[in-house]
Amino acid sequence: MALYSEKVMDHFTHPRNVGEIENADGVGQVGNAKCGDIMKIYLKIDNDVITDVKFNTFGCGSAIASSSMATEMIKGKPVSQALELTNKAVVEALDGLPAYKLHCSVLAEEAVKSALKDYYDKNNIAYDHSLFPNCEDCGYCEIKKEK
Amino acid sequence: MQIYADNAATTKMSRTAIEAMLPYMETYFGNPSSLHSVGQAAAEALQKARESVAAALGADPREITFTSGGSEADNQAIVSAGNLGAKKGKKHIISTAFEHHAVLHTLKKMESQGFEVTLLPVHENGIVTAEEVAAAIRPDTCLVTIMFANNEIGSIQPIEAISRVCHEKGVLFHTDAVQAAGHLPINVKEQEIDMLSLSAHKFHGPKGVGVLYARRGIALSNIIEGGAQERGKRAGTENIPGIVGMAAALHEACTHMTENAAHMTALRDKLIAGLEKIPHGALNGDRANRLPGNINFCFEGIEGESLLLLLDQKGICASSGSACTSGSLEPSHVLLAIGRPHEVAHGSLRLSLCEWNTEAEVDYMLQEIPKVVDYLRSMSPVWKDLTSGKKKFML
Repeated sequence: MALYSEKVMDHFTHPRNVGEIENADGVGQVGNAKCGDIMKIYLKIDNDVITDVKFNTFGCGSAIASSSMATEMIKGKPVSQALELTNKAVVEALDGLPAYKLHCSVLAEEAVKSALKDYYDKNNIAYDHSLFPNCEDCGYCEIKKEK
Repeated sequence: MQIYADNAATTKMSRTAIEAMLPYMETYFGNPSSLHSVGQAAAEALQKARESVAAALGADPREITFTSGGSEADNQAIVSAGNLGAKKGKKHIISTAFEHHAVLHTLKKMESQGFEVTLLPVHENGIVTAEEVAAAIRPDTCLVTIMFANNEIGSIQPIEAISRVCHEKGVLFHTDAVQAAGHLPINVKEQEIDMLSLSAHKFHGPKGVGVLYARRGIALSNIIEGGAQERGKRAGTENIPGIVGMAAALHEACTHMTENAAHMTALRDKLIAGLEKIPHGALNGDRANRLPGNINFCFEGIEGESLLLLLDQKGICASSGSACTSGSLEPSHVLLAIGRPHEVAHGSLRLSLCEWNTEAEVDYMLQEIPKVVDYLRSMSPVWKDLTSGKKKFML
């Protein structure tokens, strides 16, 4: 059995939406090079709709595939819908990830949310802070440390 | 094209080894402990294999114990030396920070049993010196265990000089020679090695079989209890096909060692010279004191697992010390031990050659690897921060 699903390999070898957006309306970066994963997401937002999204990722195959999938899932969507993106939805869309790679999908969710938070902050839009959890709260790193 | 450049992980079996093994699966399949002729044929093969392996190492056949592989041999060597030391009240062991986990984890276990372990730091070139070993030896030191050559970065240790300082101070010396056996000249008597571990599958032999050499007079402690096989020191019906295959592979490797090493060294140096042209990369390990088939680089701004997967798509089988390839958060302890920062250690690539790799394969790898590195850097936010000056290059 292969390490990754065909979907993961497809998004890893042919990642969608790679790049940067100049003068993006929202930019979010999460992760840490020391741990081996960094994701950066750029959003172009018009009338509360994500009209364009790009990403840059330093990380393993599943990190790149998760970023690619997450950008595809929020492109063309209203901001309110993008905020509902969960790591579980990313994992499902990728036909699963190995257990020790689940944190990559968490990073993708967080990168999207971090970029949306940046958009809110830049435009002085009020928001519910509990919608934006911290990287440290996801628990996957702790699970891995115990192992 | 498929290029296998992961021979430090395991090797393809040689025809010689396979053909040596086959009769012991179908014709002489007996148990060497049986008195009948089918069993005795197996016993004879076991004895011949023991003599052959002993000759390849410059040892006496009685000093050879067959094990399930390098890990078991490492475990048994350390536990045995620890038990011998404990009898004399000596419970201090010296090793290095970049040993294989078979050694490091056994040492952790020894610590929980009241032993004190000193892990010597490793220099940037991946080599410890005999002087440093000598300085660490204490009156209560019972064992020094230092690998012959490192599995990740290929650096060869000054084994003879280290064994000499051990013996000047009356301390046993064990070496994990899993990467060295069949590739570098070994003579346990000339090099004054008390105990040595090796594994068959690193030199085109079968998996699941290895050797613990222990100089006469060193009483081994059992790891596996049971029957009286291996002079009572390793229970379990002997893996005759495996042992015969290993002996054949080791003999072949030692017979052709000089020409194999010359071939691999030339390919290795061509790969190193070519990969050094990639900016912000660095060779890991010593340039001269290096296994003939080992190439190990760190490339800044990229992560090793994605590099491996893309190389695999291009038919290149390689390895990395990145955390993502191990399922843990920590990148390779070897790369950290030689002082590579975490960020850089994640972006490592190991190519390990054997005598069957060709120059055409090297040329292909030199054509494809820089492209994959460039591609991954083009989508790396870390690389962007480095090139824009937001972060400082480390390499």
